[in-house]
Amino acid sequence: MALKGNLKDFGITQLLNLINLARKTGTLYLEGSQNKAYLCFREGALVYAAADGKEISLLPLLQQAGKLTAEQVRVITANAAGKPDRDVAMMLIQSGHIQQQEIVQIVRQHIVNLVYRVFSWNTGTFRFEPAELPIQGKLVTSIALENVIMEGSRRLKEWERLQDELPSLDVALKFAEKPNTPLRDVNLTVEEWRVISFVNPRNTIQQIAQNNNMSEFQIRKIVYGLLQAGLVEIIRPPRQVTDASVGEPRSTKTAERERVDATVRRPDVKRGLIHKLIDRIREL
Amino acid sequence: MQTLKIVVTGPFSSGKTEFIQSVSEIDVVSTEKKISSRAERIKEATTVAMDFGRITIDDELILYLFGTPGQRRFDFMWEILSEGMLGFVVMVDSTRPETFREAQRILDTFRAYSPVPYIVAANKQDMKDAWPPDDLRIVLKIEPGIKVVPCVARNRESVKQVLLELLYSILEVMDQSGE
Repeated sequence: MALKGNLKDFGITQLLNLINLARKTGTLYLEGSQNKAYLCFREGALVYAAADGKEISLLPLLQQAGKLTAEQVRVITANAAGKPDRDVAMMLIQSGHIQQQEIVQIVRQHIVNLVYRVFSWNTGTFRFEPAELPIQGKLVTSIALENVIMEGSRRLKEWERLQDELPSLDVALKFAEKPNTPLRDVNLTVEEWRVISFVNPRNTIQQIAQNNNMSEFQIRKIVYGLLQAGLVEIIRPPRQVTDASVGEPRSTKTAERERVDATVRRPDVKRGLIHKLIDRIREL
Repeated sequence: MQTLKIVVTGPFSSGKTEFIQSVSEIDVVSTEKKISSRAERIKEATTVAMDFGRITIDDELILYLFGTPGQRRFDFMWEILSEGMLGFVVMVDSTRPETFREAQRILDTFRAYSPVPYIVAANKQDMKDAWPPDDLRIVLKIEPGIKVVPCVARNRESVKQVLLELLYSILEVMDQSGE
């Protein structure tokens, strides 16, 4: 079943976040006001991208990167006419023109840059076709989306949008319980590490900003990136316990109850009434 | 006579009125008004104050279902409706991703009004373009302990299942609180 929608209402960041967290395989087709693009994913990782009707073409990429001269490109193109990029890449590696790692790096950078461009598309439509991967014969790679989302978010300059996504700074953050990528594998800036070091259920985002001398814009931008990458989650600060006397030891059971109270309150009714409701609704 | 209240909330046109109509034993007291805004003209009428349904449990107990108005300009009603509720259902139109952000805001608002148990009903699951509940959980940032239940609001059995899941969640909270 395809997921369809409008980019104005459901942005690229949210889409990538969904694909990442749900570890989806398939192709995301984007149609902006003037451009078209498609991004391919395998188990939540970005493997291929193309835009404006132009597929990735290895030789021009290598020329742009200074790995091949125009003359070399002309000769190789003549010799490898009709061969898919994957075969051309193998030929270049085997002939010692270039190392596999260099090709991987160049292709990855090209794909990632294309996705960063797509980040700025605020209008248009999207369609995600699960299990559809039009990548036969193409050069594919595997790029973890966390870093792409982080960098894409860094480039997101729309202050209003950030404010919209994170309306209140009076909430706290905690580390995601099951982050898909260990923190050490994620490329964070110094500023992001400074925020990370203050992540604690007792610190509101506002307090983290004050401690780091950050403006609201800076902290929103960083927290937004961390949230979208699934590294942290928003929580409300624990409720202040006002009824416990100072110095009075509290039993474990009381403490547990307070933890429950801080999230979901127990309805003020007897269990028997709930069972009556259940029985009645089953009968309906 | 004791009365209990469950609130059904969610964005404009998410299926709240239909949900209540499916299980209420009385004709839903619906305060609907013809829609004037062009942007919201995807249905003929909308709820401007509240929907009101009833399920009699026994001689001494009645369950009321209150549906909130979906349009933002009537949100002053939300806090009034949320007072004393047993729990709440957040209806989401699974076929309209443009409403997901609004659903998330409504959910956060209701949680702030009253931190009672709640569940998310992923409505219109019979439609071709419906997003699966698992995807809705991610985009709405629903915590792992909260249920996201597939729903077809015009189907009584489906609505019953949503209400039962909410009641089971209430029992779970009671169990956790040790009483």
